[in-house]
Amino acid sequence: MTESWNSADMMNVAAARELHDGDVCLVGVGPPNLAANLARHTHAPGCRLVYESGAIDAKPRRLPLSIGDDDLAATATSVVSVPEMFNYWVGAGRIDVGFLGAAQIDRFANINTTVIGDHDNPKTRLPGAGGAPEIAANAGRVIVIVKQSLRTFVEQVDFVTSVGYGPTGRERQAPGAGPTLVITDHGVLEPDPATNELTMTRLHPGVTVEQARAATGWDLKVADSIQTVPVPTDTELDMLRRLRAREVI
Amino acid sequence: MPRPVHLDEAIATHVHDGDTVALEGFTHLIPFAAAHEIARQGRRHLKLVRMTPDVVYDQLIGLGVADELVFSYGGNPGVGSLHRLRDAVEKHWPHKLVVHEHSHAGLANAYVAGAGRLPFAVLRGYRGTDLEQQSDIISRVTCPFTGEELAAVKAVNPDVTVIHAQLADPEGNVMLWGLTGVQREAVLAADRAIVTVEEIVDEFPERTGAVILPEWALKAVSVVPGGAWPSYALGYSTRDNDFYQQWDVVSRDRGAFLAWAKENGLEAAADD
Repeated sequence: MTESWNSADMMNVAAARELHDGDVCLVGVGPPNLAANLARHTHAPGCRLVYESGAIDAKPRRLPLSIGDDDLAATATSVVSVPEMFNYWVGAGRIDVGFLGAAQIDRFANINTTVIGDHDNPKTRLPGAGGAPEIAANAGRVIVIVKQSLRTFVEQVDFVTSVGYGPTGRERQAPGAGPTLVITDHGVLEPDPATNELTMTRLHPGVTVEQARAATGWDLKVADSIQTVPVPTDTELDMLRRLRAREVI
Repeated sequence: MPRPVHLDEAIATHVHDGDTVALEGFTHLIPFAAAHEIARQGRRHLKLVRMTPDVVYDQLIGLGVADELVFSYGGNPGVGSLHRLRDAVEKHWPHKLVVHEHSHAGLANAYVAGAGRLPFAVLRGYRGTDLEQQSDIISRVTCPFTGEELAAVKAVNPDVTVIHAQLADPEGNVMLWGLTGVQREAVLAADRAIVTVEEIVDEFPERTGAVILPEWALKAVSVVPGGAWPSYALGYSTRDNDFYQQWDVVSRDRGAFLAWAKENGLEAAADD
């Protein structure tokens, strides 16, 4: 049986594949939550999920709807306070992988989740920083999951909530490696090793370079030998469907 | 002090117009009933502090209770935007709301400093972000031992902190468990603390990871079963996810919101 899939499925599957067995992963709501649990139920059963609400090694029996679900505390190895979470676990560098979303992202992976428009007189007030600035700074590596469009992939972000590589790609001063992957509905971008400029290195099946360029608000750099991301397997799609249906797994 | 007291008395005695008020509970044990009592009593010009404003502050902001908000993540968890918060910031309805945005780590540490009665806390964060432009709450400090430059956040010391917990005992000591968030710090950072609880028991059970707050660190304890609804109290209730979803519809529209407020006896008093 071959199940059909869409670009959102592909984005989640591609993100899940980047988690390795044994990784300590800080999980937020939305796509990261889906991707991390997909990884845990497929190729990375030993991946450790940490939720910023305080649950360490949470093993939710079904996909949590929020980071505060009771199942997280009930299945965790340890439940810690929020100050402990951010000081002793996130701040101290005990997180291998952090997932972040973005309302806007620029070519050096700086992220805005605060406002669209002027800070004091915004067009859109966004939810704000949450755990993102410290995850961006202190996680061993950061995976950004965001849909690629002219609205999100902008020449200049309206506000820097979380730092990628700084205004010109050379200003990052933080313990972690920063955003090593940006996974979109078009494919995967990675910072250029020399300049830290986000470079399209992989495309999802059926997506063209032209489409990716058209969804990017700057002159998108594309790798010389661009790869194609393998299509989702039936196992991945089946588990993704079960997680979304909030089945007990 | 005699306890428990009725919630209306606790709020009337300890929460005043213009106060800095923190209602804490990180996704769990959110003191909704106390928030509604604050609105019902017509409090105004509050500076509200809360890591995750959540639906509880969306309601208070829409009701016109707050002039300022200190926060770190202002979304409807798992759903989307807080529309009343956005309307207040973007369109000044029912009036302008001044916001001060921290990261979770920043605000959690601001409470830690406040609980310790220290002027500021130190963390490794904020560097290179535009959040640093809020120099009245975020700055930098140099480590006197290593020379490392670190972020400093100004302590938060609410006039009043309100939390919800599972249990109190006959003396008024309080016990909470599950995700306990930043409640211990928020209570100890405050000048006055009010706790609503699910019930009073003769003796506390053994609970791994529970937080116990001694009665002499609190000003008032009120018994309010279900006082965290539509959030939840582990062992007593589950999160009403449907309410959080429906709030997206109710809060999107000023008229629908006002109708909801009227239905629940929370009508906003005339704005002054």
